[in-house]
Amino acid sequence: MQTKFVRVNANDNVVICCQRISAGEQVTIGEQQFTMTTTIEVGHKVASQAIGLGEKIIRYGVPIGSATTDIEFGEHVHLHNMKSDYIPSHTRQSRVGE
Amino acid sequence: MRGFKRADGRKGIRNTVVVAYLVECAHHVAKTIVAKVDHDDVQLIGFPGCYPNDYSLQMMEKLCTHPNVGGVLLVSLGCEGFNREQLIGTIEASKRPVETLVIQQCGGTKSTIDLGVAKASAMLGDIASVERADLDVSELVIGTICGGSDGTSGMSANPAVGVSFDLLLAQGATCIFEETGELIGCEQIMAERAETPELGEALLACVEKAEHYYTKMGYGSFAPGNAEGGLTTQEEKSMGAYAKSGSSKINGIITPGEIPPKNGLFLMDVVPDGEPMFGFPNISDNAEIVELIASGALMILFTTGRGSVVGSAISPVIKICANPETYRNLSEDMDINAGSVIDGNHTVEDIGQQIYDCVLKVASGQQTKSEALGHKEFILTYKRFNTSDTTTIEAIGPACLAH
Repeated sequence: MQTKFVRVNANDNVVICCQRISAGEQVTIGEQQFTMTTTIEVGHKVASQAIGLGEKIIRYGVPIGSATTDIEFGEHVHLHNMKSDYIPSHTRQSRVGE
Repeated sequence: MRGFKRADGRKGIRNTVVVAYLVECAHHVAKTIVAKVDHDDVQLIGFPGCYPNDYSLQMMEKLCTHPNVGGVLLVSLGCEGFNREQLIGTIEASKRPVETLVIQQCGGTKSTIDLGVAKASAMLGDIASVERADLDVSELVIGTICGGSDGTSGMSANPAVGVSFDLLLAQGATCIFEETGELIGCEQIMAERAETPELGEALLACVEKAEHYYTKMGYGSFAPGNAEGGLTTQEEKSMGAYAKSGSSKINGIITPGEIPPKNGLFLMDVVPDGEPMFGFPNISDNAEIVELIASGALMILFTTGRGSVVGSAISPVIKICANPETYRNLSEDMDINAGSVIDGNHTVEDIGQQIYDCVLKVASGQQTKSEALGHKEFILTYKRFNTSDTTTIEAIGPACLAH
C-alpha cells in the first residue's frame, strides 16, 4: 500500500497528508497499518506515535507547538488538540502595534 | 567544474556583459542596445530612480563587479542623480572593462544605440578570452528564496532545498537564505543554530525588526486560510519557509549587497533599518533575487508551489516545484519536480540530492529552464540601512541641491 503521508524529518512525531483520506480508509503510517477515524485533507497532520498532554509537536525536526490533550497514534493533529508555544510573538506584536 | 577567473580572485560561472541604465530616462536606449546585440551573455540591469541612495549605489557596484560579469556598459542620460563617477571607479578598480555612454553627449537615442551596440559587441569579444580556472564546490555561493508558495512548499521543495544546502555546506560552500519577515515564530529555533551566542542575539533582533516593520506596514501574520490548509501555529508556518535553510550551523547575517565574509551559511536581513520609508522591503520576488545576486550568489534556488516562471539577469535561477499539479501544468518552466515527494515517488532527501546535482551541472555551464527561455528579470528599488548614519538621511534628495 502506497503511503499517503510525507515525514519531513526523522525526528517528527507527526506526518503530513499528501492526498485526501476519507474516514474508514486503510492507510500505512510509518510501518503500521491503520484505519483512519476521521477524514484528513492535504497538508494536515496526523500523529505518527502517541503524544501525551503537554508534549511538543515535532515537525521539521523542531517543536511547532504542544499537545493540549493526549493524542493517539493516527489521530488528526490540529487546532483542537494542540496550541502555539509562541506567546512572546503576540506580546511583542501588540507592543509594536501601538 | 571550470569557472571564469576575475582579477580579484573570485570565480564566476557565467561570462556576461551587463548594460546598465543609471536612470529610467536611459532605460529604452539601454534595452534597445541589449535587444539589438541579441546575445544570451549581454544582459540589461539598471536603476530607475533619480534621487541618490546609498543602498542602490552599493547594489549597482556589487552587481557590476559580480563574478559572473565580465564587462560593463553604462548608459547615462547625463543629468541623473546617480553617482556615476563612483560606480565607474569601483568597476575600474575590479579591473573589468567599463564604458560609459552619456546620451546628452552622444547625439540622442539612435546615435547612442548604434555606439552601444558596437561597444557591447566588442566587449563580448574581449571578455571571451578571460582566464578559465578549476572551480570547487567550496567556491560556490548559492542563494535561495520562495515565491508563489502554497501548502506543499513547506512539505517538499523547501525542505529539499534545505537538504541540498546541507550537502553544499558540508563541502565548504557558501549558502544564503533570507526573508526575515517569514521567519517570525521560529527565531528561537534559528538562534539555537547560531555559531556564537552573540550571533544568536543578532538573529533574534533581526526577526524582531522584521515583525515591527511589517506590523507598521499593516501586514497580518497567521491567516484563517493557513489553518484550512493544515497549518496550526505561527511557528509551523514560518518553519515551512525556514526549512530552506537546512540544518547546518548559521555562521552570520548579511545585508543586501554585502559579500559573506567567509564560507558558510548566512541569513540575509532584507528589512530596512528604521521606520518604513520606501514601502515594502521587497516589492516582488525579483527584488529578492537581485539582492542575493548582489551579495555574490552565483545561482539561485527558487521554490514555488503555485508556480512561477521567473529567471534573472547575471545569475541562473533553478526553479523547484513543490506541487505535483503545478509541475504537470508548468513543467516547461521547472527544473526540479519536488512534487514527486507529495506523489510518494521520492523522499525529501532524494530531491535534495537532485537539487545538489543540478547545482553542479548549472555551475558547469548547463542552462536552467529560465535561461533557455530567455528570462532575465531585474528590479532595483530604494532602501535604507544603518539609521545611526544620519548623513544617509540628509543625502536623500537631488544631488544638484546638495552642492
